[in-house]
Parts: sequence; structure tokens; C-alpha cells
Amino acid sequence: MSAGADKKRYLGRSLGPRAWMCVLSGVVVLHFLPWFWPSVIHTMIMIFLFAIMGQGWNVLSGYAGQFSFGHSLFFGMGAYTSSLLYIKGGLTPWLGLPVAMALSALVGVFVGFLSFRYELKGPFFALIMLAFAEIFHIIAMGWEWVGGARGILIPLQGDVWTLMQFTSKRPFYFLSLWLTVGSLYLVWKMEGTRMGLYFQAAREDQDAAEALGVNSFRYRQIAMAISAAMTAAGGTVYAQYLLYIDPDTTFGVLNSVEIMLRPIIGGPGTVLGPLLGSLVLTPLSEVTRIALQAYSGAYLMFYGAILVAVIIFLPDGLMGLVQGAANRLRGRKS
Amino acid sequence: MTAGKELIVDRISKSFRGLQALSDVSLRVAPGEIVGLIGPNGAGKTTLFNIVSGFIPPDTGEIELGGQSLLGKKPHQICKMGMARTFQIVKPFGNLTVLENVAVGGFNRTIHPAGAEQASWSTLEFVGLSPKALTPARTLTTPDRKRLELARALATGPELLLLDEVMAGLNPTEKDEVIGLVKKIRERGTSVLIIEHAMRVIMGLCERIYVLDYGRLIAEGDPAAISHDPKVIEAYLGKEYAAAACQ
Repeated sequence: MSAGADKKRYLGRSLGPRAWMCVLSGVVVLHFLPWFWPSVIHTMIMIFLFAIMGQGWNVLSGYAGQFSFGHSLFFGMGAYTSSLLYIKGGLTPWLGLPVAMALSALVGVFVGFLSFRYELKGPFFALIMLAFAEIFHIIAMGWEWVGGARGILIPLQGDVWTLMQFTSKRPFYFLSLWLTVGSLYLVWKMEGTRMGLYFQAAREDQDAAEALGVNSFRYRQIAMAISAAMTAAGGTVYAQYLLYIDPDTTFGVLNSVEIMLRPIIGGPGTVLGPLLGSLVLTPLSEVTRIALQAYSGAYLMFYGAILVAVIIFLPDGLMGLVQGAANRLRGRKS
Repeated sequence: MTAGKELIVDRISKSFRGLQALSDVSLRVAPGEIVGLIGPNGAGKTTLFNIVSGFIPPDTGEIELGGQSLLGKKPHQICKMGMARTFQIVKPFGNLTVLENVAVGGFNRTIHPAGAEQASWSTLEFVGLSPKALTPARTLTTPDRKRLELARALATGPELLLLDEVMAGLNPTEKDEVIGLVKKIRERGTSVLIIEHAMRVIMGLCERIYVLDYGRLIAEGDPAAISHDPKVIEAYLGKEYAAAACQ
């Protein structure tokens, strides 16, 4: 029983072939959804956008274990960078997207340099992120050149695909769907690499990781850059979709909560967690927001209640629930 | 196998807020040697390990591995240079599988997942943990955690291995197994510096032994000489016993 001859690989195989078949068939079915059930397109777009941004949070906070309470920083960076480049410089958002991602990664690495150098963790790192998001929030509020408190209105030119502008919601649906699939694939691939494993090792025990050759500072910075870029991508598409951004809905604290709640409820540190969390939470937030319209902010109480319930009953998130069910099924078969 | 690198610790001193943890400690581990480090509780053994592996800087002194100075180097850099350590208080990556735990070490020498995974499997086979490879590390028992600690350090492909009480908490049978492993590790060309309380283990394993007491080296030599050294007996048992032993 030589282990070397064992062809089967186990590293980074948290999702078996069967799980992938489920995901892939789901993606195929989703391609027909806009024709069968057009009324849910908007909700689906929001689900996907928050799944992408949640995935970004998941890389830094779920995998690398640096809990961020300020991911709206990168969301806002994504939304503002591409919008300003378009409004002030006429640059198409298709090019604004990579610029926004790179710029967010830079800001992330700067914040990371300040915090990881001193090995800030837990609540301290969370507060640093919150503080930086608030700094950008206040700057965006006070700076007239970037729209000030009124925000930015992106003029609609009609169906100009070169400017990422569409009068129909369908193109945004497919764009966000494919970005979601891309982010899923990326994180799944990452799990089996040295980088992905090093992220998790530094999260679990920094001293042990260092002793095994993990440069925890460098790998946290890499996680930060990937996380920031992913979240910014969601922000850019969000701005193009709604064509209007203001400081509160981008850099606001509430957005940080929205972004991190999905992976937390879905299962932090898992590939499918953010998508699963978004599938459950996004429709719920839309519905409660409409139902409780008269009491502004009341839907947040629902968030609080859900969060408390998940932390008490499902510490591993919905993925833990799914995993448990799958294990039981497998157990019954054998 | 490999020629190995010599570890030279030269007159290391360290104090914590006035408490002299180590004073002028020098030791040497030649390639292919198993060297023991013993001493009563609080003698400074683990502090010495932490200094040598780069976790805390010494106040004065010099450390070299294979002719290169280790001073100012970070633990991960020292690991890359060919020195691996285990922790007395085991630190498994609880939410990762046993295989993934070992693969973190396995990735020290390669960036390719296939290579790291293969190295991890053979290391797990070597320490006898392969049946539990796919279970989360947090579910392991204490003896298995000790084995995992050893396997992870081995997977980094070290030329020098620092073992900090890998046998504490094991029963005699398990201890014998680990003794066998350490001997095999040396046969593969890795030198070993081992901290251990169990005298039977140290005496059976080491060619040379250093004895620390209150941060000072009080004796050095082969197991037979150490076990009859009055200073060592005094450090462990007190003056009356030392006098009795010398009569």
C-alpha cells in the first residue's frame, strides 16, 4: 500500500465531482431563467453581485482569517473609480473595472501593511477596516469633485455595450452570473494551491505556520489584494447597473454588514458559502425591506435575529448544514 | 543522504525584564547527530528553542546554521534554510485535515500541489498517521497530535529538527514508537536536537547531552557521564543526593 502510487488527489478537493455537477447544472438552468421568470431578474442580479463581493470578503476573512468589518471600502472604491473614470475621463467601465480592481488592491495592501505589520487580529483588525471605510466615506461626502453627498449620476446613453450600458437587465444578469461563476472557480482553484493552504494555516495558528515556512505577513497581504479586487469588481458592476451611487450606499457601514453577512451565514472559508448565503439572504432582505417600508431600518432587526440564530445553531453556516446532510446520505448508502 | 548543516549556538544570553533566562549558553549539533537538551522545569530549554528558531531575538550571542547566521531571520526564513521545530504545546491547524496540516510543511520545498501532497502522504505513512489523513486535526487524540506535530516538521524537509518534548503524555509503548521514528529520521540524514524529560528516552537516544539549569549550561557529555555528574544530580534532586551519589 504505497501512498505514492495513489493517483487520487485530496488537496483542495473540498467539492467532489458530484457537487460540481450540481453547481454546473444550476448554472445551465440559470441561463434560461430570464425567459421563464423575468420578474426575478433584479433579485438575481443582486444575489450574484453580493455573492461576488461576499466571495471577496471570504478570501480575506474566511480563508485568511482576518475578519473585516469594512469591506464597503472596496465596494466604494470599485463603484467610484470606474464611475469617475467614465464621467471625468470618458474611460469605458470595461477598462475602469480592472483599474478599480487594481486601485482597491493597492488601498487594501496599504491598510494591510499598517495592520499586519503589527499582527492586528480579531476586533482590532475589524475596527481598522471600519475606520478606513469611514475615512473614505467622509472624504466622498465632503469632496464636491467626486459628487459630494449628492453622489454621482451616470448618464444613460442607451444600449451602448462598449460603455457597459444596457437598457435591459438581461445583459447585467449574464455579466453578474459569469462573474460569480468566475469567482467561484477562482476560489475553488485557490483552495488546492500553496497560497490557499498558507492562508488557512496562518488563520489557524500563526506561530505554527511560521515555523513551517509560511510568511504570514506576505500571504495576508496577498489575501487582502485578491479580496479587495474581487469586492471592487462587484462594486463597479453595481454602479453600472444602478447608474447612481452616493457615499452612504457605497462606503456606508451598512454595506460592510451586507457584504460580510452572506458568507458568514453561508459558511465562511468555504467555496460555495457566499453564494449560498446570498441566495438565502438577498431575497429575504428585499422582501423584508418592502414589507417593513414604513419603519425605515426595521429590516436590520431581521438581519440581527438571523445572524444570532445562525451563530448559535449553525456555527459552520449553511454549508455546514449541507455538508452534514451529504455525509448522512453517503452514510446511508454505504 | 545529505551532508547536513551544523548548528552552532555561541554564547547566547537572554533576559526577560531582569529575569536572566539564559546566560552564555553555547552548544553545537553536528550533521547526523542526535543531541539531547535536558534540565529541570524553567531551566530555559524552550526559550533556547524559541531563540534558535527565530521566534524571539537573543540579547547577545551568535547562532549559525551551516555557516550562515540566523540572527535577525524570521521563523519562516529559518525553516526555508533547513531547520524545523515542533512545539511543546502542540499547535495543530484544527479545522484543516491531517493531510492538509502536513501539506503546509510539504509546500516548503515545492510549489506544486501534487508534489507536496505526495511528500505529505509518505510522511504520514512514516509516522503512522495515514489512516487518519482525511479527518480534521481537531479530532485527533493527544498522542496523534504529537505525531502530527512531528510529521508537519518532517514534511518541510529539514536538515536539522528541533523536537520539544514530543513524547510528553505518551505511554511507554508509544514512546518506544517515537524513539524508533527519531532514530529513522537520523538515518535519513537529519540531525536532531531534542528536549525531553523522560530520562530513559534521552539516555537511549542521544550521543551527547547538554544540561541546562537556571539558564546556564552545567554539564555536557555522553549519557553515562551525565548521569553520574554530581552537578546534574544536584540540579535535579538537591545537594544531599549529589553528595550521596558521589560517595
